[in-house]
Amino acid sequence: MLNQHVNVLSLLQRVGEITGRKKFQKIVFISKKLGMPFHEKYDFHRYGPYSEELSLRLEELQQFGFISEIKEEKAGYYQYRYQVATNGEHFLKTKGNDRETFEQQQNVIEDMNACSSKFLELTATILFLEPADKEDIIKKVHMLKKTQNYSEGDIEQAYAHIERWRQHLN
Amino acid sequence: MSRGNTMLKEEKVFKDPVHRYIHVRDQLIWDLIGTKEFQRLRRVRQLGTTFLTFHGAEHTRFNHSLGVYEIMRRMIEIFKGRPHWNEDDRLLCLATALLHDIGHGPFSHSFEKVFDTDHESWTRAIIMGQTEVNAVLRRMGDEFPREVSEVIEKTHPNKLVVSMISSQIDADRMDYLQRDAFYTGVSYGHFDMERILRVMRPLDDQVVIKSTGMHAVEDYIMSRYQMYWQVYFHPVTRSAEVILNKILRRAKYLYLNGFVFKQFPTHLKPFFDGDISIADYLKLDEMIIFYYFQVWEEEQDDILADLCGRFLHRRLFQYVEFNQHFIMNEWAGLQERFKAIGVDPDYYLVIDFSSDLPYDFYRPGEEEERMPIHLLMNDRKLRELSRQSDVVEAISGKKRTDHKLYYPSDILYMPGQENEKREILEILSG
Repeated sequence: MLNQHVNVLSLLQRVGEITGRKKFQKIVFISKKLGMPFHEKYDFHRYGPYSEELSLRLEELQQFGFISEIKEEKAGYYQYRYQVATNGEHFLKTKGNDRETFEQQQNVIEDMNACSSKFLELTATILFLEPADKEDIIKKVHMLKKTQNYSEGDIEQAYAHIERWRQHLN
Repeated sequence: MSRGNTMLKEEKVFKDPVHRYIHVRDQLIWDLIGTKEFQRLRRVRQLGTTFLTFHGAEHTRFNHSLGVYEIMRRMIEIFKGRPHWNEDDRLLCLATALLHDIGHGPFSHSFEKVFDTDHESWTRAIIMGQTEVNAVLRRMGDEFPREVSEVIEKTHPNKLVVSMISSQIDADRMDYLQRDAFYTGVSYGHFDMERILRVMRPLDDQVVIKSTGMHAVEDYIMSRYQMYWQVYFHPVTRSAEVILNKILRRAKYLYLNGFVFKQFPTHLKPFFDGDISIADYLKLDEMIIFYYFQVWEEEQDDILADLCGRFLHRRLFQYVEFNQHFIMNEWAGLQERFKAIGVDPDYYLVIDFSSDLPYDFYRPGEEEERMPIHLLMNDRKLRELSRQSDVVEAISGKKRTDHKLYYPSDILYMPGQENEKREILEILSG
């Protein structure tokens, strides 16, 4: 029961806190692309891959009291901070998921969470455009993400991160 | 962009109950409709299991795809000669509208969940692969199939074209809302599309609506909201979907565990093995699936046979609402009691969430990823719809979740183990 919810909850538990809906979306997408057991359906939107399913799943988790969502005003817009609530911890314990899930992937998830959401948007976009050639992907990133002004250095860094995460998980 | 395309000597017309007539004037479009991949859509219903709730919902992906094409054609007529609209994009828009759902299989939603496939990936694979559709598209140039595929994937550089087929107010949604309302017989999905089309204006990166058309758009937003809760997420339809999902999971489980089927499920083997070719995918339609359900109803496996019988004869699961308290305190005990009366809770006790079929509701902003609907004001400035409309503001961004627990009530009223069954019914009745 609630297996998909449990995975989202376990991922959040691993990092303690995720700030920003966009960041949460990208972390789950990248995790999915790296082979972690996420099955949320993603489409390409304004800020890259986005999943309505995940968005609703987070709301359900909040309704059950398993996660807390704190809304904060930041530079003229609202940002949301997510943490596992006490009920959520208890629920994971009863499911037996409080220790093993994503233990091996913890470093990778923490590493993602330490990145800016703008950088994760770039990384997720690259992964969304795979398996196209790197050259085509770079061209496409510049075209699709004109307003973000990603430099060649940013793109190389994103590729390096993806490579490092893949190596860590394989 | 007209190389590789000629105009038909005589316009072809499809009679359509929603748009009255669908007009085809391009050889390219006519030939795409004639491909076997497109004709297969006649054998895939638009609304999956909804026909078990609303008996009129027998319309197919074929009807809908033609409808989206027709709306796109009318949109283009309105855009003709306006700034930001490039007539060279006409065939790209029309072909994309026609083919946007070509990768849908039978009961797509359940198939995607059970076999981890994605109809949009199949759509792109059919457009780019060795198919009749691809051969027709390539007459427009080697890059044309890729362009169509990118518009569907929403990664095409021309954001205006993408937004015409996929945005908060696009040809796809405007067709399925009206078509689904018409065939289900409900009164919620109606709005004044002619008016909306007349007030649509192209910009370089999106379609906007002249502010004078705001009330027609309000109607459209309300239709979306109502259709979701009254039709798409109807609890009886969800019950059928739950059973369908369990049938596919059971069949896959049996296959992977060496069960010897009376009739080997040839068409589904690639799905069970997770190794599906385009040819395999295209062989599937709802007739094939129903055939296997008929066959499986006679199988030696009690669970598979029972679930297939339930689906075929509409003996669906009953449902109750539940809450967080239930998950924390009752769930484990309920599962144990089901096992005690010899009913496998993995197949007969199912929680269904709205995140399984998310409502694509209108949201204006706040870290959101979707371009909102913009009104074009008299001073040429753009204003987000919900800031201008109280009606839209009232329902936008307000998510509503829904969770139900499905179970076979008939089993609980059968003779035998009355005490255990009474306990189960007490838990279920809260």
